[in-house]
Amino acid sequence: MAEHSQVAAPAHDEAHHPGWSTYWKVAVILTVITAVEVSAYYIPAWENSWVYVPSMLIMSGVKFYIVVMYYMHLKYDHKLFRSLFTGPLVVAMITLVGLLFLFSKLVVRLGLLS
Amino acid sequence: MTATTAPTPPAAGDGHTPSGGHYTSLGLDNRKIAIWTFIGSECMLFASLISTYLIYKGRSPEGPYPHEAWTNPTTGEVFKPIMNIPITSASTFVLLASSFAMVLALAAVQNKHVPKVTTGEKILGSSKLWLWVTCLMGMTFLGFQAYEFTSFVHEGLTMRTNLFGSSFFTLTGFHGAHVTVGVLWLFTLLAIDHKRGLTAADATTVDIAALYWHFVDVVWIAIFTLLYLIK
Repeated sequence: MAEHSQVAAPAHDEAHHPGWSTYWKVAVILTVITAVEVSAYYIPAWENSWVYVPSMLIMSGVKFYIVVMYYMHLKYDHKLFRSLFTGPLVVAMITLVGLLFLFSKLVVRLGLLS
Repeated sequence: MTATTAPTPPAAGDGHTPSGGHYTSLGLDNRKIAIWTFIGSECMLFASLISTYLIYKGRSPEGPYPHEAWTNPTTGEVFKPIMNIPITSASTFVLLASSFAMVLALAAVQNKHVPKVTTGEKILGSSKLWLWVTCLMGMTFLGFQAYEFTSFVHEGLTMRTNLFGSSFFTLTGFHGAHVTVGVLWLFTLLAIDHKRGLTAADATTVDIAALYWHFVDVVWIAIFTLLYLIK
């Protein structure tokens, strides 16, 4: 069994996950944010203002972060898992924004090009 | 229920995890590295689909459109805005709730070795119950999507109608296919649970399925905002 002698001791890749009380709080927060998002869609003063799109993106980003950190346990797991997820995610975000600048009307809407 | 602690992996020596995986040289379960790598690649797949939708947004010369009414200049037929926000909001709540049920299923498997005394502990500790709830919610989401697709087709929007139809059905269809795979995956876990019972040693097996399920959920969080709520 010589080949096994070099296997490192198991790390805490699944060591400590939050419990029921944390999961419940996260579920409530996600529900409240989603309810606010949907309500904003039906409030003309909000929906027609310039803060609508940024506020929607922020709320969506917060929900994304909470699910990944608490339900997917990235907050508690080994940092390698965080790198494996955030690395491609950053590349994907840069690609998305780059494509929008190249091919959509985003540049015009942001006032960077008339 | 207090904070859960997964079973401590066996001491290094044979290099195997309790449920048949292998520990890498970092001491991590190789299957968890694999699922996170897969999820990372899926991020790029969905980013490409979302950017395609956003680039084509507002470029369809003919309707129906997602948020505006459209009158066909040839026939005079009026098409109302196609998006049904109340229905999609309901399906979004269902998918978010399914993620909650999934973490409870995982916690139940991780705590199989902990004795359950009260009724509340028995309910929270039932992996079968929470896996069933997750499966049913996943199927409910798919039912909402089938209803949405059917109503869109009846209202005159298909994949071939315009750029909006092509990019919308491709993106949401890919997501729906991922949810379908997730439901089938969860049913295999349920079958194992009913046949021999999931134990704490199966925690990583359930954790991997849970990671996939939550990823499908976070993708929908982005889709719901970008496609449905932002006009």
